[in-house]
Amino acid sequence: MGRQQGFAIRVEGVEQDFGAFPALRDVTLDIQPGELVALLGPSGSGKTTLLRVIAGLNAPDRGHVYFDGEDATNLPVQDRRVGFVFQNYALFKHMTVADNIAYGLKVRPRRSRPSRSAIAARANELLRFVQLEGLGGRYPAQLSGGQRQRVALARALAIEPRVLLLDEPFGALDARVRKDLRRWLREVHKETGLTTVFVTHDQDEAMELADRVVVLNEGRIEQIGTPAQLYDQPASPFVISFVGEAVALPVTVAAGHVKFGDRELHIDTHGLRSGPARVFFRPADIAVSASGAGEIEGRVESLRRTPAGVRATIAIDGYDQTLEIDSPLENAAALGDRVPLSLAKARIFPTEESAYVDAGEGI
Amino acid sequence: MSESIAAGVPAARRRARVRPVTQDSPFARYALIATAIAFLSLFLLAPLAVVFYEAGTKGAAAFFEAFQDPDARAAIRLTLLIAAIAVPANLAFGLAAAWSIAKFSFPGKSLLITLIDLPFSVSPVVAGLVYVLLFGSQGLLGGWLTAHGVQIIFAVPGIVLATIFVTFPFVARELIPLMQEQGSVEEEAALTLGASGFKTFLTVTLPNIKWGLLYGVLLCNARAMGEFGAVSVVSGHIRGLTNTIPLQVEILYNEYNNVAAFALSVLLASLALVTLGIKTFLEWRHADALAARGRRH
Amino acid sequence: MTSPNFAGRNARRFKAPSVIPGFGLTFGYTLLYLGLVVLLPLAALIWRSSGLGLSGLYDIATEPRVAAGLRTTFFISFCAALVDLFFGLIVAWVLTRYDFFGRRLLDAFVDLPFALPTAVAGISLAALYAPNGWFGEPLAAYGIKIAYTRWGILVALIFIGLPFVVRTVQPIVAELETELEEASATLGASRVQTVLRVLLPPLAPALLTGFALAFARSIGEYGSVIFIAGNIAYVSEIAPLLIVVKLEQYDIPGATGIATIMLAISFAALLAINLVQAFARKRFGHV
Repeated sequence: MGRQQGFAIRVEGVEQDFGAFPALRDVTLDIQPGELVALLGPSGSGKTTLLRVIAGLNAPDRGHVYFDGEDATNLPVQDRRVGFVFQNYALFKHMTVADNIAYGLKVRPRRSRPSRSAIAARANELLRFVQLEGLGGRYPAQLSGGQRQRVALARALAIEPRVLLLDEPFGALDARVRKDLRRWLREVHKETGLTTVFVTHDQDEAMELADRVVVLNEGRIEQIGTPAQLYDQPASPFVISFVGEAVALPVTVAAGHVKFGDRELHIDTHGLRSGPARVFFRPADIAVSASGAGEIEGRVESLRRTPAGVRATIAIDGYDQTLEIDSPLENAAALGDRVPLSLAKARIFPTEESAYVDAGEGI
Repeated sequence: MSESIAAGVPAARRRARVRPVTQDSPFARYALIATAIAFLSLFLLAPLAVVFYEAGTKGAAAFFEAFQDPDARAAIRLTLLIAAIAVPANLAFGLAAAWSIAKFSFPGKSLLITLIDLPFSVSPVVAGLVYVLLFGSQGLLGGWLTAHGVQIIFAVPGIVLATIFVTFPFVARELIPLMQEQGSVEEEAALTLGASGFKTFLTVTLPNIKWGLLYGVLLCNARAMGEFGAVSVVSGHIRGLTNTIPLQVEILYNEYNNVAAFALSVLLASLALVTLGIKTFLEWRHADALAARGRRH
Repeated sequence: MTSPNFAGRNARRFKAPSVIPGFGLTFGYTLLYLGLVVLLPLAALIWRSSGLGLSGLYDIATEPRVAAGLRTTFFISFCAALVDLFFGLIVAWVLTRYDFFGRRLLDAFVDLPFALPTAVAGISLAALYAPNGWFGEPLAAYGIKIAYTRWGILVALIFIGLPFVVRTVQPIVAELETELEEASATLGASRVQTVLRVLLPPLAPALLTGFALAFARSIGEYGSVIFIAGNIAYVSEIAPLLIVVKLEQYDIPGATGIATIMLAISFAALLAINLVQAFARKRFGHV
């Protein structure tokens, strides 16, 4: 107990069950003041539930949520001062844009409510901030998706929240608008300096925007790290499969050596105990070996042009499995060729931890 | 404000019990449920219950005696006859209207739909009156009808016509949205496979709309057997000849023959209950096969 | 494709081309049946009332007994629709938002006024509220008389109109997104503020529609009212009853006049409903 200094948001040992289905399992997370954090995971991973617990929309079954060191676990949503942007914006359809933005100020108790003119001025200021000046009199139905998103953000900012929470902020938008809004959200974050947490299932979005990314899977945190850390030091098979493309091969570890069938792979085992394991690598980390003798051999099954070169799908000898490699145009293999492959970089994880990997395989 | 809930309150160790923001307080919830139950009991359940109670006040013998009365039997026969004519007539119309409106596009469609709904917004008494104006002795066609010895008003044909008028939209308005929703892709598929138009209707369209059709027929029938205002205007209240069950109920009630009036009412109330029962069952089991709810009747 | 192209090759074609057969037969039958059963009789009414002229209609409407009847009908229908509006909203809310024992059964019974013949409803309401009835007797002890007064008309019309409000509002309550409530809460609104400012306004068009439907139905209602109303001239006579009275006196013009006025009012109510819905659709993107 006691005050937890230094963090804008601290989530401690939070658990939540929906019936028999555990949505969050022992989640602990610290977020620094001013940080931009992404909660990344597939659907059903608990990322939205976690965001809602932080907002106070869900009461956790166990655990605590602290804001600026204060235990806010039992603080009602109304008193948390969180700016929450809903996935479908949840704009009030019967109110104009300006009324939507001013709502949070208008519902304050009379003592702390700004004057009518001050509310109007603040709404105008926010309209300008989200680049919707002059549209205050419109109704949400008369706006485009991107514009509605901005109104939802302005409405959340109006209450001067201490944290900004966004649930799949770009999920409902088409690809081009999404790109623009991403850049814009980054700017908003820079300008307001608000501690910001957003939920996404899109790893590109998380990697591009966030200072730190929290990867969730089946209600657990798999890894918390900067985008670089997630790419370079994935902490689990799930992370390496979910963040970026990866191929998995079954191997055995014996006395510090990694065997793929009867061939040895030259990979550091990091002291992994002997037994079955899986090797993960990215398409960029494997190449046709120049020496002609590879660690893995296979046959080119199909070829597909990519912007930079050719991607070949290779059926591995002796295994009912394929992997993909990228190679430059000039020395691409031909269909049906037998090719020796060598690994530049790979991660190895013991098999028992990787029960879910089948789902992520070939990603 | 947030400072008032300080860290370190022992209660915070226990399971957090914050009420979800989308729930009303238990007090509001119970008060509203109690209000709704009380209101529905007073205004809906009590009137229904009193029908059965009043019919039974003089015992079973008196109850069954009410059905021995020849006038009552004639009224029941007439009511069945009226429904047997009015319901199939409106069923045929409903199918034809729904087929032409849902499967084809033509100008003035929404006007046609509005016109089909028209009888719902006409008072039953006015519905009866318009037939009097048309076929009555002083009516438009009255002279011609009298000259040819045809009686419509104060006779069974008038009752049938008035009943058809007030139950006119039931089947059609059930089927039109349903068939519009289903479109005509399946029919087109059947036609490409060589089925004739009629065969297509029987084997493709009908199975898709059967529950909606049943629903519409049910409501149509309930209203046809229970119609009072329109029938009252055109019937002439001739005992044993032009009295339907609801009209017989009125006569018995005005003669202070409460048990008989309520005994016949039990018949109609039971019909209403069966209708509600099947309707609820259909909505529960075949909700997807019925068009969107929230309609008016 | 669906709009006819009068300039082009299809200039003579009434309906858009389709491979589906049977248009001529079904469309023709629809028009014929509609014309004979509905339009022709209504035309007879319009033809008759046009013979009266506006001044004739005015004379009928201002005849003291008729004027009293119309006033009674409109005033009490309005009050009944208001009561239905209030309780109908509560019933729709309770049936949609809460789960409790007997909810399904209660939900089914809401349609009772649609299914129960009006004459049966009339005599059972009269029996309930008569001075010796279940409700009439205890009320009489406090000197309150319902049956055979204007209060009786109110009770009957509340009964008749309730399902219109409930069934119009219920689907809209079900559609209310919980996210709207949550958004309101995160912005600091109390539950009461959320209900008043966020949940009720989107229901307004449906409430208005339900109110108008209940009102329009109440104006025309006959069977359930006449048994409990007492039908005292100038006090508790309703307009539809006056049509019957005029007919019994062979005063066909009088009956026609009252019917015309009632029709005009209920069409005005329906028109108002359509305008409200069109407005709501345009403004808020939903009904």
